[in-house]
Amino acid sequence: MATVTRENVQKTVYEALPQFGVDESQITDEATFEDLDVDSLDLAELSQIIEDEYGVALKGDDVGKIKTVADAINLVVEKA
Amino acid sequence: MSREVVITGVGAVTPLGVGARTLHERWSAGVVGIADGKGAATEFVPNDHLTVKEVRRADRFTQFALVAGDEALAEAGWSDELPYDATRIASILGTGIGGIGTLERGKEILMEQGAKKVPPLSVPLMMSNAAAAAVSMRYKLLGPCHGIVSACSGGADAIGSAKTMIECGLVDAVVTGGSEAALTPLSNAAFAALDALSVKGISRPFDRDRDGFVMGEGGGILVLEEREAAEARGAKVLGTLRGYGASADAYHLTAPDKTGGGPSRAMAAAMSDAGIEPADVVYVNAHGTSTALNDAAETAALKLALGQRAYEIPISSLKSSIGHLLGAAGAVEAVATILALRDRIAPPTLGLEHPGEGLDLDYVPGSAKPLHIDGQRPIALSSSFGFGGHNAVLCLEAA
Repeated sequence: MATVTRENVQKTVYEALPQFGVDESQITDEATFEDLDVDSLDLAELSQIIEDEYGVALKGDDVGKIKTVADAINLVVEKA
Repeated sequence: MSREVVITGVGAVTPLGVGARTLHERWSAGVVGIADGKGAATEFVPNDHLTVKEVRRADRFTQFALVAGDEALAEAGWSDELPYDATRIASILGTGIGGIGTLERGKEILMEQGAKKVPPLSVPLMMSNAAAAAVSMRYKLLGPCHGIVSACSGGADAIGSAKTMIECGLVDAVVTGGSEAALTPLSNAAFAALDALSVKGISRPFDRDRDGFVMGEGGGILVLEEREAAEARGAKVLGTLRGYGASADAYHLTAPDKTGGGPSRAMAAAMSDAGIEPADVVYVNAHGTSTALNDAAETAALKLALGQRAYEIPISSLKSSIGHLLGAAGAVEAVATILALRDRIAPPTLGLEHPGEGLDLDYVPGSAKPLHIDGQRPIALSSSFGFGGHNAVLCLEAA
């Protein structure tokens, strides 16, 4: 498993989002998932990728709190 | 006055290509869309028609429905704006198996990588109602929305159910049809284990050497509207869905009743619903699977339902060109039938060289021929039968 650093997690998230159809040029830490058209199903897939890579599970309440790309990255870092 | 149901748009994705006219023109020209023992929709490239997200959110059977749906709605003139209150438009789609490709991939991941790796999209993609749901979401249709599941008669049963919904006043329009994408390892192996698939990989309905069906994939969509409403908005009407008849054999899980009793009752019911007699039928688009049992039982059923008329009219099978599209077959065949009637042509049963014993009707072997209707109305039957003993027959009239 990869080491949880903010840089690593950011890279994972930035690389995962285009797979869901997100335009790469739109991805920033400040972007909201709503603006990126990333919904609960995409977040379920993102959670799976993150758990696979870092062993950190994002479930239920966690996912509900995530609004921006930075929220997701920070939450993974906090929970590690 | 009773409510009548008209067809204002059609769309198809099939082994003959993308598009309803492509299907009609290539079948009529004698093109075979079968290669290596299967009817794959090789010209269909999902990303040519759908976004990355749309492709990821849809099993292949749903992708077929969406792309055929775009074509049908465009023809109906619905692309920019729905012509009716969205709560009065239904999405009713048939399938035989649903997202079996998604199911098989999910099972492989489960076995090889464990439960935690199973994609969260597995269930919403594999469910048999996924195509109906995707169509309702794509066009914002707010009326009834569900899948119809009756194996290889699913597409025809969906269209029949849609007709009934409009007639009884539940809705004013329905986007309906069927789709299937079952060219998968499990599906192939399972049909082969039943001895249902052609070992030689040749679809030749009604031929003495037929040895099973060839599986195909694709989808067909029709836009149905209540006639007065369609005419009031100035819609171009392709034809009328005059009748629907359905029955069960209540006989065997896979084998048809050799007497043809079940299918003949569905044919009779469709004609009765349409208010016509056998003498009014000018063409039959047969189920014609190329299995020993179906083609014999269907011939018996045609003779029971149509009497002498069965010997006087052309009867052909689209499956000779594209294989058996299972739950999409009835929908794609309805699309092909209405276009054949419009052009007054009886497309051919390809590969038919030596009719099987007792198969003595005019199956239009080898090449298309003009449909001489001699002052009659262009009315046809389109038959679909499914494992489980389901029989569904549509009666269509071209405008």
